[in-house]
Amino acid sequence: MITLTAPAEDQFKAPSPDELFTFSPIINGVDWFTKPVLLALLSSVVVIWFCWAAFGSPKIVPRGVQNVAEYGYMFVRDQVARPFLGKDADRWMGLLVTLFFMVLLWNIMGVIPVVQFPVASHIAFPAVLAGSIYVLKVYLGIKHQGAVGYFKNMMFPPGLPKGIYLLLAPIEFLSNLIIAPFTHAVRLFANMFAGHMLLAFFSMVGFWFLFEKLTPLGAGVGVVGVIMTIIFTGFELFIQFLQAFLFAMLAAMYIGGSLHAEH
Amino acid sequence: MMKAATLLAAEEGSNPLIPHTFELVVGIFSFFVVLFVVGRLLVPRIQKTLAERTDAIEGGIKRAEEAQAEAQNLQKQYREQLAEARQEAGRLREEAREQAAQIRAELREEAQAEARRLVDAAHAQIEADRQAAFTQLRAEIGRLSTDLAGRIVGESLEDEARQRRVVDRFLDELESSNAQAVR
Repeated sequence: MITLTAPAEDQFKAPSPDELFTFSPIINGVDWFTKPVLLALLSSVVVIWFCWAAFGSPKIVPRGVQNVAEYGYMFVRDQVARPFLGKDADRWMGLLVTLFFMVLLWNIMGVIPVVQFPVASHIAFPAVLAGSIYVLKVYLGIKHQGAVGYFKNMMFPPGLPKGIYLLLAPIEFLSNLIIAPFTHAVRLFANMFAGHMLLAFFSMVGFWFLFEKLTPLGAGVGVVGVIMTIIFTGFELFIQFLQAFLFAMLAAMYIGGSLHAEH
Repeated sequence: MMKAATLLAAEEGSNPLIPHTFELVVGIFSFFVVLFVVGRLLVPRIQKTLAERTDAIEGGIKRAEEAQAEAQNLQKQYREQLAEARQEAGRLREEAREQAAQIRAELREEAQAEARRLVDAAHAQIEADRQAAFTQLRAEIGRLSTDLAGRIVGESLEDEARQRRVVDRFLDELESSNAQAVR
């Protein structure tokens, strides 16, 4: 968003991605320790703390935090694991619960006051998860279907006319082994990135027109900015949950596809 | 070195699609720590608890079903016993009624027999009395008639034997006519 004519000092300037997503180290000299890194570590701590409080010594009759966490667990089990993994669901619940809770917390960091930065809007974090799932997927595929069988099932699904395979095989190969992990990570990243941009933009509008440069004409724009910020915060919260769900769901789908050849 | 890293980081920051190396490291680290603690240690615990809960609920339902079945069984048993008792009571009542009827019949019969006996005795007595009276009367009438006839006819009829024969014949006629009249 670089304008040709340099904006005047008292003119509203929309925040650029560089401003929003580049952080200097929190402690001078420790280059790696930036806000996203801190939040990622914090998210891990919170997830572990939360799950420990809930599942550390679970009760038959749940109380308090166990109720909440069980709700999350049930959600992952019934909406993510079982539809894609069937009877193998319970074996993969550990991974899927971890993925869901972690991504959810990474995302929710974007709307928590003061913190206000979705960890997943830095591609490295979704990439780590998507990469791990990708490695697991290929490993499981080769383990359960054999090296040849895995690629054969993937690229040459039975029951199609011969000519189609010329077209289908490279497409399947490309989409399963190259595009899938990329979109898996980028879908989450891009959603969080865009969401954060939107929120930052609207709150900047509100702040600029109501506090920094309050004018009779600008006040209305500022109010709209504040209202939009509130609406989009709610919307973001929904997207953040949805993306966490989707991320875990895709992971379950990939694992399920590797365990049993698709039809 | 440090400067190069900073420069690199700043350069990387300009393209959001290129991951920062240190973020990758932190991401892997935090993911695997959480995966180990949550996925490896904690999720199996909650799975165990959920399984136990399912067992407990199913066990509870099973126990309740058993208790219900037992209660129904008991109820059936009681009902049967009650029906049996009712039947028994009915049977006893019927028996008592029969017995009572029998006793009544016996008593009635006895009474009738007694009455008959009394009547018979009375009849016999009456018959005997009549017989006695008749016998006495017969002698009396005979004597009186002969007396009367003797007195009328005189001495001719003094003869004992003839007199008796006449009287007897007369009385027999009388009796037979009398009996015909009675009949």
